[in-house]
Amino acid sequence: MAAVAFHAVSKRFARHKRRPLLRDRLARLLRPSEPVDPFYALRDVSFELPPGASLGIVGPNGAGKSTLLNLATSLCLPDAGSVRVDGRVAALLELGTGFHPDLTGAENVRINSALLGLSRRQARDRFDCIVDFSGVRDAINEPLRSYSSGMVVRLAFSVAVNADPDILIVDEVLGVGDRAFFAQCVAKILEFRRAGKTMLVVSHSLDTLESLCDRGLWLDQGRVQRLGPVRKVLDAYRQSAPAPPAVAGKP
Amino acid sequence: MWRGDYWFLLQNLVLKDFKVRYRNMSLGVFWSLLNPLLMMGVLTFVWTRIVPNHHIKNFPVFLLCGLVPYSFFNIAWVTGTTSVVENSALVKRVPVPREIVPISTVLSSCLHLVIQILLLLLMTLGFGLGVNIHWLWLPLVLALEVVFVCGLALLTSAVNVYVRDTRYVVESAMLILFWLVPIFYSFESIPKRFVFIYELNPVAALIFSLREILLRASAPHASTILKLVVVSFAVFALGWVAFRKLKGSFYEHI
Repeated sequence: MAAVAFHAVSKRFARHKRRPLLRDRLARLLRPSEPVDPFYALRDVSFELPPGASLGIVGPNGAGKSTLLNLATSLCLPDAGSVRVDGRVAALLELGTGFHPDLTGAENVRINSALLGLSRRQARDRFDCIVDFSGVRDAINEPLRSYSSGMVVRLAFSVAVNADPDILIVDEVLGVGDRAFFAQCVAKILEFRRAGKTMLVVSHSLDTLESLCDRGLWLDQGRVQRLGPVRKVLDAYRQSAPAPPAVAGKP
Repeated sequence: MWRGDYWFLLQNLVLKDFKVRYRNMSLGVFWSLLNPLLMMGVLTFVWTRIVPNHHIKNFPVFLLCGLVPYSFFNIAWVTGTTSVVENSALVKRVPVPREIVPISTVLSSCLHLVIQILLLLLMTLGFGLGVNIHWLWLPLVLALEVVFVCGLALLTSAVNVYVRDTRYVVESAMLILFWLVPIFYSFESIPKRFVFIYELNPVAALIFSLREILLRASAPHASTILKLVVVSFAVFALGWVAFRKLKGSFYEHI
């Protein structure tokens, strides 16, 4: 039984989307035959993850990585194929989603617990755990706008992992935390995997993916370039994308 | 799919709106009082001094019975209509049931309503109109208005995702309603053949009921309450069904 299964999934968006205004709607009614140029964000993507697996997703900008995570979070539906996700999902798709700058850290933790589906009792019981893990206890009653982006990501990640999801989805946000917090996250994620939970991670930091994941998926222009053990996939990706030139003055 | 505690989430979203709104106002809740008081003063001046009327007693209270439900309706519907687009971060990033966005927005406007109802009750007492047993009807008729606005907000917030002009249509409708709802004139002055239409408008029916309860110390008419119940729940059901139909491609259109 797979925790996450994509079967021949395609997702397309209209490239020259008309603005959602009345004038444009009427114009379309009058000239319905105007061709729309669809753009495939994902095309024929298939993979299966058993519980406990951890998938690292790489690819150039616009390859469809975020679309894939959004489909797995069931924020949108595929145009073709099927997406099956079995279990409770916690997703960190963007820094500070659902956080409000005028509210305090503690208030934001409560709201985010609710957004992730915790009950009142669970939110109360886990509050201390969340704050301790985040390491921002000193500032927890300050408004969030006084936080650095590193502190926000600490708090967001802390709520997500303490919500005890079956499936954790992370889109390129971990890089904002410092080394100490990153080490803490890695430890937590490894513990997660031992507990049989599933992960999907998008990152441009290949080292991060190598330390967190056991499988890799390389996407390019919405298609699967390569799928397999993380090391092999990342090596192939490294070879395809040239490393940045060394900074002058350095050997 | 999102499997969580709906009530806890709804409470948190409503509370968040309250806090954000009132933390950014130096005078806080005072603004909820100032607006109806100013409107009451201005309209009382116009309709008793400039255009005198002799048959309506306790004109300020009479007016407030119309202004309070209208201004709640106005704020709740307009903010509800734009709620899905304005909470795009939530709609596009968190798999919560989307219905909760317009509903929590409408419910958070209820704080205004509660404060203004308290003002209305104080004015009623101040004008020497006593407490009566029919005040027990108040929570019911007000709750029906909330159900009605939730239904409208579900409908227009979903349409607003696809046609952003919707909010301007709603704002214009509110402007027209100010005159078509009996705020500063009484039911008795409406020509007979239009009364039926007025009673089908939940805002008008609510104002009518409030005046029966507070000014005449009598129970609201059974037929008015019945129409209020039917129309409110019918509109809510319509809004709910329309929202479910339309929410499928919110992601692509926000």
